[in-house]
Amino acid sequence: MPAEKTLESMLIARHTPAVHQKVKKGRVCIMGLGGLGSNVAIMLARTGVGFMKIIDFDIVEPSNLNRQAYSIQHLGLPKTEALKQILKEINPYIIVESIQEKVTAENALLMISGCEIVCEAFDDPTQKAMLINTILSKKPKVKIVSGSGLAGFSSANTIKTIRKFKNLYICGDMETEATSESGIMAPRVHICAGHQANMILRLLIHLETV
Amino acid sequence: MFVNGVLHTLEEPVSLKSFLEREGYNLTKIATEMDGQIVSKSLYENTIIYDSTQLEVVSFVGGG
Repeated sequence: MPAEKTLESMLIARHTPAVHQKVKKGRVCIMGLGGLGSNVAIMLARTGVGFMKIIDFDIVEPSNLNRQAYSIQHLGLPKTEALKQILKEINPYIIVESIQEKVTAENALLMISGCEIVCEAFDDPTQKAMLINTILSKKPKVKIVSGSGLAGFSSANTIKTIRKFKNLYICGDMETEATSESGIMAPRVHICAGHQANMILRLLIHLETV
Repeated sequence: MFVNGVLHTLEEPVSLKSFLEREGYNLTKIATEMDGQIVSKSLYENTIIYDSTQLEVVSFVGGG
C-alpha cells in the first residue's frame, strides 16, 4: 500500500502542484450513485478530490452491471457501501462520507451542506428538476453539474456540456431519454460522466466556462 | 418576449404556469429562470409574464 506522501507526490507530478492543491481542497457532493454518479466518483477520486459526500438510497443489483461501476462482489450491498470500498482501493487518503437515503426537497439542502459543488446524477427527471430547483433557489452560490440525455447508442458527438443560469452546468445531449427502445448503455453513460467529472474539475480550479 | 433566446409573441400577460403548460412543458421536469432569477415551482401560478419577459427553461430527461 503506497504511503500517503508517495501517492500525493505522484498526483502532484501528474497534475501540477497548483492544480493538486485546489483539487485536494475540493468538497463535492454526488447525488445518485448509478451510471453517472458511480463513475464520476471514481474519476474524482483518481483526480485527488479531498472530500466527497456520496448519496444514494439504493442497493447494487445485477441490472446495474451494464453501466455502473460495481462488480459481482458488490451485489446486494448498499451502493454507498460498495462505492466506498471501490474508492478506498483507488485513493485511501481522501475523505468519503456517505448517506444511504432518498433525496427529497426537504432534506436536500442539509445533505449538500459543506459542499461547494453538487453532481446531480439521478435517473428520474422529476428528481433532477426537484434538486436543481431546490438548490438554485435556496443556495444560489452552489454550483450544480447535472446529467440529462445519455441513453442509447447514437453518436457520441452529440454529448456536450452547456451552462445555464450561471451556476448550472448540464452534460448530455439534452434529449435522449432512457426508454425500452433506447436503453441506457455504458459508452454514452461514461462519456457523459466524463463530461461531468471534467466540468467539476474545472470548477475546482476556478474555471467557470464550459 | 424571449424563451431560450427565441422570440415569442405574447398577446396579453399570462401566468408563468399557463404559459409553460401551453407550450407543452411538463412542469415536474423543468427549471425556469425569469429575467435572470430562478423561479420556485410554488410561484409559477402567481408569477405573471409580459411581452418584455426573458425566460430560460431547462427540461430534464430520464436516465443516469
